[in-house]
Amino acid sequence: MKFLIYRYNPETDAEPHMQEYELANVEPGMMLLNALERLKAQDETLSFRRSCGEGVCGSDGMNINGRNGLACITPLTVLKQPVELRPMPGLPVIRDLIVDMGQFFHQYRSVKPYLIRHDPDPEIEIKQSPEDRDKLDGLYECILCGCCTTSCPSFWWNPDLFRGPAALLQSARFLMDSRDQGTAERLDELEGPYRLFRCHTIMNCVDVCPKNLNPTSAIGNIKKLMVKHHI
Amino acid sequence: MDVACCDSGGNKMNLTKRKFDCLVIGAGGGGLRAALQLSQADASVGVVSKVFPTRSHTVAAQGGINAALANVLPDNWHWHMYDTIKGSDYLGDQDAIEYMCRAASNTVIELEHSGVPFSRLENGRIYQRAFGGQSQNFGGDQAARTCAAADRTGHAILHTLYQQNIHARTHFFDEYFALDLVKDEEGYILGAVAIEIETGIPLLIEAKTTLIATGGAGQLFYNNTNARINTGDGMAMALRAGIPMEDMEFFQFHPTGIAGKGMLISEGVRGEGGYLVNGEGERFMERYAPHAKDLASRDVVSRSIAIELKEGRGCGPDKDHVLLKVDHLDADIIKKRLPGIRDLSMTFAGVDPINAPIPVCPTAHYTMGGIPTNRHGQVVVPEHQGAEEPVPGLYAAGECACVSVHGANRLGGNSLLDIVVFGRAAGNHIIEYLKENRYHRPIAEESVDYALSRLARWDKKGDGESVDSIKTDLKKTMDKYCGVFRQEDVLKEGVEKVLAIEERLQHARLKDHSKIFNTARIEALELENLMDLAVATVCSALERKESRGAHSRIDYPERDDKNWLKHSLYFKEGRRLEYKPVHIKPLTVDSFPPKPRVY
Repeated sequence: MKFLIYRYNPETDAEPHMQEYELANVEPGMMLLNALERLKAQDETLSFRRSCGEGVCGSDGMNINGRNGLACITPLTVLKQPVELRPMPGLPVIRDLIVDMGQFFHQYRSVKPYLIRHDPDPEIEIKQSPEDRDKLDGLYECILCGCCTTSCPSFWWNPDLFRGPAALLQSARFLMDSRDQGTAERLDELEGPYRLFRCHTIMNCVDVCPKNLNPTSAIGNIKKLMVKHHI
Repeated sequence: MDVACCDSGGNKMNLTKRKFDCLVIGAGGGGLRAALQLSQADASVGVVSKVFPTRSHTVAAQGGINAALANVLPDNWHWHMYDTIKGSDYLGDQDAIEYMCRAASNTVIELEHSGVPFSRLENGRIYQRAFGGQSQNFGGDQAARTCAAADRTGHAILHTLYQQNIHARTHFFDEYFALDLVKDEEGYILGAVAIEIETGIPLLIEAKTTLIATGGAGQLFYNNTNARINTGDGMAMALRAGIPMEDMEFFQFHPTGIAGKGMLISEGVRGEGGYLVNGEGERFMERYAPHAKDLASRDVVSRSIAIELKEGRGCGPDKDHVLLKVDHLDADIIKKRLPGIRDLSMTFAGVDPINAPIPVCPTAHYTMGGIPTNRHGQVVVPEHQGAEEPVPGLYAAGECACVSVHGANRLGGNSLLDIVVFGRAAGNHIIEYLKENRYHRPIAEESVDYALSRLARWDKKGDGESVDSIKTDLKKTMDKYCGVFRQEDVLKEGVEKVLAIEERLQHARLKDHSKIFNTARIEALELENLMDLAVATVCSALERKESRGAHSRIDYPERDDKNWLKHSLYFKEGRRLEYKPVHIKPLTVDSFPPKPRVY
């Protein structure tokens, strides 16, 4: 199987280049991460992040044949050859497929991604009906891989101003939580033309999310809350 | 901060330095729960993690966290304590187990208050499911003690703890790899030397207290359910600092890893009503555990599967797995309660559990052994007259620690509980320690040199075997010589093989010597850690001549309380083993004396 992989080591390379690799003995059921690990066994300088290998830790987001995804849950059989691998777009490259996710996490932290409560805690759990809990499905499962935000043109243009789909999904996760009491401060923080409203429903985020989440819809719901907040 | 200009060859004159009240190594549930406790108490905390915190392996925990909330069925902490002791095959320390089970309910409620999105019952309280080894009334009917957020409980807890730490402004060193502890002549632990992975620049973190929370060592085995990062780094650091490893022969094989792939299929699947069948379509667990059946303890179920396979009653052309059936359950239950399992099964086994059974087999999963601690998280070693003297300034919590609450076999749902209960307890004890120990002690130069020499070793150029091939051999050797069933001659051969691999590692060389995000170098350092732990594991297993919990000796098939109701302590120096007594006496209630373990 043929691969074409983005290589860049700032210590030795003046500029990035694409390197060809070939992998023999591809077995049925192999994922892209397995292939990368075998290529790394041949050439240990090839660098990428990985950990759980089953799509829950969010380490191995990369651009696979032009589309962001997780290497560990991408079967080789669905990939056209040569498989072109690049780092996720829109963030500075540290080395090869490894990007600097600082800006991504900065936006995440900016939306106050934690439960805000003003009431004293009850002795037992804060009760929540199953229906209210259902509202968190599709929001809380985000693994912070960055696939959505780094495929969003609005984020590419304004990475410092637009929060991006992952952070806004997180904001929705708390806005929709019946236990959260920070609605006003969350919405105030998202005021202005950029932070929330730079989402132009391009929907790349929905297209690429490896967990099948829908940040665009979550952003739509925040916008609705914003309108209510102002009335 | 000092200006960094230290090469990895060890020019420590200009070594970058940071100072904290507490250094936490590892950012899984244990490390983050401790860090939160400390940050909220206004201690200065630095958390070093080799991956971004939410990538830690706690994220992969599925089924849930045990607490006797009695939201679904009658329950109380004392029944939980009994089940845990029985599950541990009486090797667990009963004082620590009482502490954990008593603390469980409040700890889970605290997590809920912090935002964990637990699944809910109609009355708005936390959803609880049945899990293996749980009973009402000391061995009676099945209990439902496992609090769940669908089948993504670890993810829900880890993300919430990280988020609360953001709120508490904990200082994170993301993608820093800890090399070794810094220790002075009096035995105080003074922090650690780490490298920033992105730049390769070493950093000395001076700390009045150090908490190791680096998780387990599942990567010791080729077929495992664990993340690539579970290489036992903290345990190996402790070993190199002269601290023994406790009970390393007890390694849990989870009954249901996806056959041939390893991904974990939660015990929650059986808790929701799933069951195992062999190649003849038989519900074989009825034979091995007539009462608890598929919800017997993990060691029991794994052994049963291994026997079925050995006796030719496996499934598939190679008869190398059994089937986990859930297709009799309502599709909506599967979608609602087990969505993550369904995803994993479809992705890796090509099977939608709504329509067809999942192929599974026993897979290395959890390190019961680890760094010996007491219930306050203090690392304790035999010294002077005492069997358990605290190492000043050093703490451990979570899978890397051995409190011991899991003894010879951990119950499902007790791992997430362990990390939050003892992460929190360690945080509290550290706060007390800091009141008495207000100043940093002078740094021990030799110890820093030693840590830096670990880096310098991999700067050597020239020909040599690759890290990758040695790692693969080590893991396959552990699978073959130290698996579900063990015996003397096989273990002896295993020790020889592992020591031969250790020798090969001395001559291994890297081809990648760059400083920038050198993952090959990190993998080499991880392999050194695994190597020390592999030796500890096979040596401890060879010595224990009985069968208890997960340690199953064909040549010594019975538990031997007369000679072996004791914890192993393996020392790296001289590959020496010592033993210490099990704490049979709980804190306040009567002891549960060992009795035959039947499910």
